[in-house]
Amino acid sequence: MSCCAPGSETALEVVRAGQGLPTSEELWLMSRTLGGGLRQTDLSVPGVHCGACITTLEGALKTLPQVERARVNLSSRRVSIVWKEELDGARTDPQELARAIRARGYETHLFAPGEEGGDQTLKQLVRAVAVAGFASANIMLLSVSVWSGAEAATRDLFHWISALIAAPTLIYSGRFFYASAWNALKHGRTNMDVPIALAITLSFSISLYETITHGTHAWFDGTVMLLFFLLIGRTLDHMMRGRARSAISSLARLSPRGAMVLDAEGGREYRPVDEIKPGERLAISAGERIPVDGRILLGASDLDRSIVNGESAPAPVKVGDAVEAGTLNLTGPLTIEATAAARDSLLAEIMGLMEAAEGGRARYRRIADRAAQYYSPAVHLLALLSFIGWMFVDGDFHHAMLVAVAVLIITCPCALGLAVPVVQVIAAGRLFQNGVMVKDGSAMERLAEIDTVLLDKTGTLTVGEPRLINGADIQPSALLTAAGLAVHSRHPLAMAIHDAAKLAPVIAGDIREIPGAGIEAQTEAGLYRLGSRAFACGDAGEASGQSEAILSLDGRALACFRFEDRLRPFARESIDELGRLGLSTGILSGDREPVVAGLAARVGIERFKAELTPRGKVDECAAAAEGGHRVLMVGDGINDAPALRAAHVSMAPATAADVGRQAADFVFLHQGLNAVPMAIDTSRRAGQLIRQNFVLAIGYNVIAVPIAILGYATPLIAAVAMSTSSVIVVVNALRLRAATGNVAEAAPERPAQATLRALGSTG
Amino acid sequence: MNTLIYLIPIALFLGAVGLVAFLWALKSGQYEDLEGASWRVLDDGDGKPEKK
Repeated sequence: MSCCAPGSETALEVVRAGQGLPTSEELWLMSRTLGGGLRQTDLSVPGVHCGACITTLEGALKTLPQVERARVNLSSRRVSIVWKEELDGARTDPQELARAIRARGYETHLFAPGEEGGDQTLKQLVRAVAVAGFASANIMLLSVSVWSGAEAATRDLFHWISALIAAPTLIYSGRFFYASAWNALKHGRTNMDVPIALAITLSFSISLYETITHGTHAWFDGTVMLLFFLLIGRTLDHMMRGRARSAISSLARLSPRGAMVLDAEGGREYRPVDEIKPGERLAISAGERIPVDGRILLGASDLDRSIVNGESAPAPVKVGDAVEAGTLNLTGPLTIEATAAARDSLLAEIMGLMEAAEGGRARYRRIADRAAQYYSPAVHLLALLSFIGWMFVDGDFHHAMLVAVAVLIITCPCALGLAVPVVQVIAAGRLFQNGVMVKDGSAMERLAEIDTVLLDKTGTLTVGEPRLINGADIQPSALLTAAGLAVHSRHPLAMAIHDAAKLAPVIAGDIREIPGAGIEAQTEAGLYRLGSRAFACGDAGEASGQSEAILSLDGRALACFRFEDRLRPFARESIDELGRLGLSTGILSGDREPVVAGLAARVGIERFKAELTPRGKVDECAAAAEGGHRVLMVGDGINDAPALRAAHVSMAPATAADVGRQAADFVFLHQGLNAVPMAIDTSRRAGQLIRQNFVLAIGYNVIAVPIAILGYATPLIAAVAMSTSSVIVVVNALRLRAATGNVAEAAPERPAQATLRALGSTG
Repeated sequence: MNTLIYLIPIALFLGAVGLVAFLWALKSGQYEDLEGASWRVLDDGDGKPEKK
């Protein structure tokens, strides 16, 4: 990625690709009201990466009259815009904001709501880290004086001051561990926080006792330092926790609220969807969604069936055809007879499938949780055994207690608590710089385990927009005429012709669009028709694997336009790369067999399944899982959403349907499909580093624990050992930044690390 | 040893100042966009504060 001069080549390419901008409705729905007629919209702009981008974008937005303020956040690649709801009495169209960003050559996407939330806890955690950092630095200052030989009254004074600093810190910063440990114990379980809470409480109590009795060793520094390191781990971990996702509720938005029911006498009544019974007749106008499954009684139209098969190309429908709930009626009014009630319709089935699939995902247990399961009983047992052991050896309760506390402090999972989250935060930052958003830390663990990649076709392997491929073979005059006709339709093929011709001449005559067929124009030269072969020439030709449109004059074919869906950039290379990573690939598509076969051959995938329903895709994922495979599902449509939930781990492009984006664990923001192998590679490296970190942490324990059990551990040794092991683990995790420097050269800091560094210098 | 009477409070006070400064910076959103801030400092702009 080179630095951007606005309007450079890559920028133009993005504009031409013309990916769907978020719609005005979506933007309204997702904007926040600030009061006073102002609204705030946060848009993700993955392309910003330097100061020039900030100036360009903010400048472009601020020139719009409806924009109050705009601010780019470079760290999160986001722009937040505050805009006026009304401008001179007219309602503003928020899509203009997105269009302004697009016009400068940047891709832009809406952010799914719920991705930002949980901020409050993070803020509390960061504050707790700051307080613990301050306390541990100051106590350490006093402890160093004690270790360097402060005696008698001075030592007692230092211990007392340490205690005064440590006590409030324990309450303020330690509350997260106490709350979590108490919660676990209340339910009869134990977790990593139980030994932590026990260790800090015990070590503080014994240190206080030592201070009161003028003892030589107090563990205040160890206690607070422990808290500090663990809180860092906890904060990073919190950043990687999956946010609650509401994929199903956003799917429910797609189902219409009601429909116009026609009764026997020809009367019309608008009724809620739930009250529509099979056998009733419904009037659906153009632009409405079909509320329930049904059969067409009257009329012809084009249906956007992307919810069923993921295809963006509309399908023509006529009398007698079955229609599915949730599909969008594009061009003509229809009268349908309901064949199923709303709760039995396709949309309800997809929602049901997704609910069922959500359960499977929850069964995955994170590496850290699995480690904690064995770790905490082991630690308790070790401390207890050393206490009992020393009671036998010299019978001195006081000494045995000191040793047990030393064991608890030394074994406390400092490095272990950092081992996983540090790596994951760095890996997530790495992925983010390369345009991949991680929703959940455990997703990276799961991604590292996969052996099979299943991809959807339209919108995933391809961009999902038809493009004219034989433009060079067509006479320019025919192309211009076709464009003149095409400009009157919003059918994707017509728009592709219009795009290819660049300009559309005005055609004098009576022009009308015939739903489900094409466009015709009665002119002086004759009757021009643009549309399917049957419509334009009057004979139903053989359907080829490709989509096509014919331009005819009085039934004579003038030109045949062929279209093809454009492959996503780097599709072929990415599939090869996946093969090199040792993964088997396959296509799951809702499209027709020959089209899928052609595309599979082009990208070099051998296995494919065509004409799959949403349930069929889920079944394919389930079958693979039963065969012992771990599946990564990459898809974008609503019809993929259940499969995205059902697969071991899932990925979706940012252009995906809202539901698809929310159902996926990863969202890639750039166009290229190479984000997929890149994410897998990074996750695998992260997995390796996590395992190395575990080995390092356990190795540290193997050395340190015998020292503690034998009673040689002083607060000084504990402090040195604890910080060394934590630093080693963090440094090892940092190697990930060096190892994956292949995609983006610039390596700007992640906010988290920078925050922590700032913390380190506090106090 | 008498020096401790005022040195320790000074040390603690300075530490506390650092802590408060950090919490204030955090609260006022100065850690929201570290990457952007490093670029914005290079932007000449028109020298006027942004209108609120």
